[in-house]
Amino acid sequence: MAEAHPVGFQWVMEAKRRGAKVFHVDPRFTRTSALADTYLPIRAGTDIALLGGVVRYILENGLDFREYVLSYTNAATIISEEFVDAEEGDGLFSGFNPETGAYDQTSWQYAGQEGESGSMDTSDERDTAAGLRHESHGMPIPGQVLRDESLQHPRCVYQILKRHYARYTPEMVERVCGIPQEKFLELARAWTENSGRERTGALVYSVGWTQHSVGVQYIRTGAIIQTLLGNIGRPGGGVMALRGHASIQGSTDIPTLFNLLPGYLPMPHHAKHPTFDEWADSIHHPGQKGFWGNARAYCASLLKAYWGDAATPENDFCYGYMPRMTGDHGTYQQVLNMIDGKVKGYFLLGQNPAVGSAHGRAQRLGMANLDWLVVRDLFMIESATFWRNGPEVETGEITPEQCRTEVFFLPAASHVEKEGTFTQTQRMLQWREKAVEPPGDARSELWFFYHLGRKLREKLARSEKRRDRALLDLAWDYPTQGPLAEPSAEAVLREINGFDVATGRPLGGFTEARADGSTAVGCWIYSGVYADGVNQAARRKSRHEQNWVAGEWGWAWPSNRRTLYNRASADPDGRPWSERKKYIWWDEEKGEWTGYDVPDFEKTKPPSYRPKAGTSGPEGIAGDDPFVMQADGKAWLYAPSGVVDGPLPTHYEPAESPMRNPLYRQQANPSRKVYPDAINSVNPSPPEEQAQIFPYVFTVSRLTEHHTAGGMSRMVRPLAELQPEMFVEVSPELAAEVGLTHLGWAHLITGRAAIEAKVLVTDRLTPLRVEGRVIHQVWLPYHFGYEGLVTGDSANDLIGITLDPNVLIQESKVGTCDVRPGRRPTGRALREMVEDYQRRAFMSPDRHAPVVTPPDPGTSDAS
Amino acid sequence: MGIRTFIEGWPVYRQLTGTDPLGRGAAAQSPRTAELTARTETADSMARSVCPYCAVGCGQRVYVKDGQVTQIEGDEDSPISRGRLCPKGAASKSLVTSPLRQTKVRYRRPYATEWEDLELDVALDMIADRVLAAREETWEDVDSEGRPLNRTLGISSLGGATLDNEENYLIKKLFTAMGALQIENQARI
Ligand code: SF4
Repeated sequence: MAEAHPVGFQWVMEAKRRGAKVFHVDPRFTRTSALADTYLPIRAGTDIALLGGVVRYILENGLDFREYVLSYTNAATIISEEFVDAEEGDGLFSGFNPETGAYDQTSWQYAGQEGESGSMDTSDERDTAAGLRHESHGMPIPGQVLRDESLQHPRCVYQILKRHYARYTPEMVERVCGIPQEKFLELARAWTENSGRERTGALVYSVGWTQHSVGVQYIRTGAIIQTLLGNIGRPGGGVMALRGHASIQGSTDIPTLFNLLPGYLPMPHHAKHPTFDEWADSIHHPGQKGFWGNARAYCASLLKAYWGDAATPENDFCYGYMPRMTGDHGTYQQVLNMIDGKVKGYFLLGQNPAVGSAHGRAQRLGMANLDWLVVRDLFMIESATFWRNGPEVETGEITPEQCRTEVFFLPAASHVEKEGTFTQTQRMLQWREKAVEPPGDARSELWFFYHLGRKLREKLARSEKRRDRALLDLAWDYPTQGPLAEPSAEAVLREINGFDVATGRPLGGFTEARADGSTAVGCWIYSGVYADGVNQAARRKSRHEQNWVAGEWGWAWPSNRRTLYNRASADPDGRPWSERKKYIWWDEEKGEWTGYDVPDFEKTKPPSYRPKAGTSGPEGIAGDDPFVMQADGKAWLYAPSGVVDGPLPTHYEPAESPMRNPLYRQQANPSRKVYPDAINSVNPSPPEEQAQIFPYVFTVSRLTEHHTAGGMSRMVRPLAELQPEMFVEVSPELAAEVGLTHLGWAHLITGRAAIEAKVLVTDRLTPLRVEGRVIHQVWLPYHFGYEGLVTGDSANDLIGITLDPNVLIQESKVGTCDVRPGRRPTGRALREMVEDYQRRAFMSPDRHAPVVTPPDPGTSDAS
Repeated sequence: MGIRTFIEGWPVYRQLTGTDPLGRGAAAQSPRTAELTARTETADSMARSVCPYCAVGCGQRVYVKDGQVTQIEGDEDSPISRGRLCPKGAASKSLVTSPLRQTKVRYRRPYATEWEDLELDVALDMIADRVLAAREETWEDVDSEGRPLNRTLGISSLGGATLDNEENYLIKKLFTAMGALQIENQARI
């Protein structure tokens, strides 16, 4: 955090000054480790084993915050007797289908609901990254649930959890993660001691956690701990994601993502959502409890914002215009399709996949096989020049005279040359004022897309084709201003907020959205950002002039709430858990919730409120159920649906690992998304013997002085000077083993590529002793490429394409490689070296590592 | 310069006799420094902004003189950053004023070995034509069972995490109306 989110880290230091203990878990000792109380080196890819150890420590010692757990979580809920845990299935939960590599979730359901919820086949959900939909709300569950408030029933979640993690002992943590038992116990003790009525603990992760084939389950494990300890919805608690781009949260909320529409509404699927009713019902699940009930209003209002006057209740608000998904249309599938010639044109908008995406060679070969490419950026980045300067030009795989891709480079406006909002990592929107006009031909994306749309509509104006109606009927009349005819960002923000169609009055919040076409709302979760016609995101009331929650600086979704589920900061009766941790409470006299933040609960619903049996929608949520976006109002320790690779997190090895999974026969996540494509060779892992061809583990991360693919830092003189060179950090022990010298060269080889880097021998990396072996890990920054003031080989070239099944994010934080001294070969010899490794590791284009691990050779029973 | 002024000019003298015993402020100031005015004081205008790098969202104040950005500072009022910026945020003036920034449209013809110039309007028009052609060539009306698809898989897009919400909104809206599904950004990566 000190390294990649330095200014955010000031608050950790502030907490430390006031007595907080800071633990840092990382494969490499960083600037954060230097400032932490305790640093725990970890074998990359084993976080579930570590966190599972903490879950076991809590449960075995009865250290959970019992009152919170009983009232606010599904710990007491009884699970179907058909459920079989991965502990009994040697790494596979019940419902696994080896043909599709996906789960049927029927047996994971709450008892009595087996037939009514869950998914019979999650392979569709995997292909459409359906897990992402739950960023704003959980999965539905029908009806009433069976509970055992004594937590003794063998099939209640509490007991299932206890059994599931029983083997995650301190010894096992040491065996799997390489963390000494005393260090682990120090962490577990401090975490639990710092939680309860009087205290809360925070869990902070950077989104490298998502870049694993079990990434979502990493975060789930952290959430289980925080829920057991009562650290959710309370001040000083939480699971905090530190995201890496100025508005990456915003680009997920208002998604430039294939599977989502604004506010986490799903992009329609051809088979599941052929009609508007089927689409809307799939989101709000008629008859069910919780805030799902209003989803139809959000659906109708989005289409109304898209198609304006043309969208009417009679024509289902033009739902018939919507494109439909049929499966996986994600960025990696797209790149493989580019290589196959299926994609004609590609837009790159401030993103540099030639350096920043996994498997750089596949990215560049894909771009070299397009009809046309539009690059919009501040600088001439690698993705614009791959046809003349890319490494494949040197190896002879791309020849400019034979590369047909037509490239348009359009300069972009910088953040000070346009106005608009970024959404930072805590869901807060902050409006930026424009300081100066963009230089020369530079323009904002707002300008580019508004005018591109205008031109497309002009060109199609006389078209009779049905397919063109969606463009011609589009509500696309934004006011423009200034000499460049810049569209008004504020007008767009007003549409995002939503307005009453008849009067044009901006809505005060999403509860005002209607399903009858009388409101248009571009992104329902952002509704309220333009309440009263005032740009709430532009608020800049000084921190000196308001309370510490600072609710009048910018605007946070939903409804300007700064801490989600903050009803949980009060006890079931609505009283603060303690004076020290007071945040939101029930004011008996006024009959409303009050406190330092905007209550995340219906303002006047008393703690004593109990719904009548069968009540649906928000009225179905009781006055002591804080998790209002979950259908049962509870935090889910166990997830009967919504997560496609298991209702509980369990340790699997990374897709590429030098180690056999110590817990199960199943080596890696059995439902990970794989692409058995000729270009995507994955290094062998145990039990395959050729795993030893790639004996070392590599991991990558950021430097303070650079930013992701380097497009905004390697081109900037002060930053380039501060970190001028690609390098690899190795331990003194590995340097001795391989023959590397400090400040000399090394090259690293995987099944995809070989890259070179300057050697930094440092004890920031430590060989780990696991299962009686020594595991060496090396670390690389991933910022370098072949353009800019400072250049170097790209770490992403080393990485293959294996994805988390919930969100389709690649495993790029861990892989295996070989390390050799000296510089890499150049020209054709470079490919020959990689091909030689592929041959030795039996990696041929038609042979791919088995997803389900067969029994170990020579043993009759792997368990 | 008289002897008295000379002695009073010594930092150590000023440090011992003045109000700055640690010698970190007035005592250490040279006459040249005393005559300097901060760019923040002479600016024509100041815009409240936000750092464009990571998602911490540090507040920035962007100072402008004669239509040029002359200084970018941390915003003291921000409850997130309390006026601080890290090396990246502090380098953002160098980012926006970098001499390496491209300010002209560049065009590479198929099979060409060099870039060419192109007018922005012409480029926009050519891109619009190519979008329509790719869409025509790869359009899918219905699936094998006659259910609607309304789409093209011939167009891809990547990017959005460095852009504004308003921009992402228009991008998604336009691409959806075009039937272009394959829209992705850094959040997938
Ligand atoms: S100044 Fe540094 S920490 Fe703050 S937003 Fe910018 S990059 Fe992030």
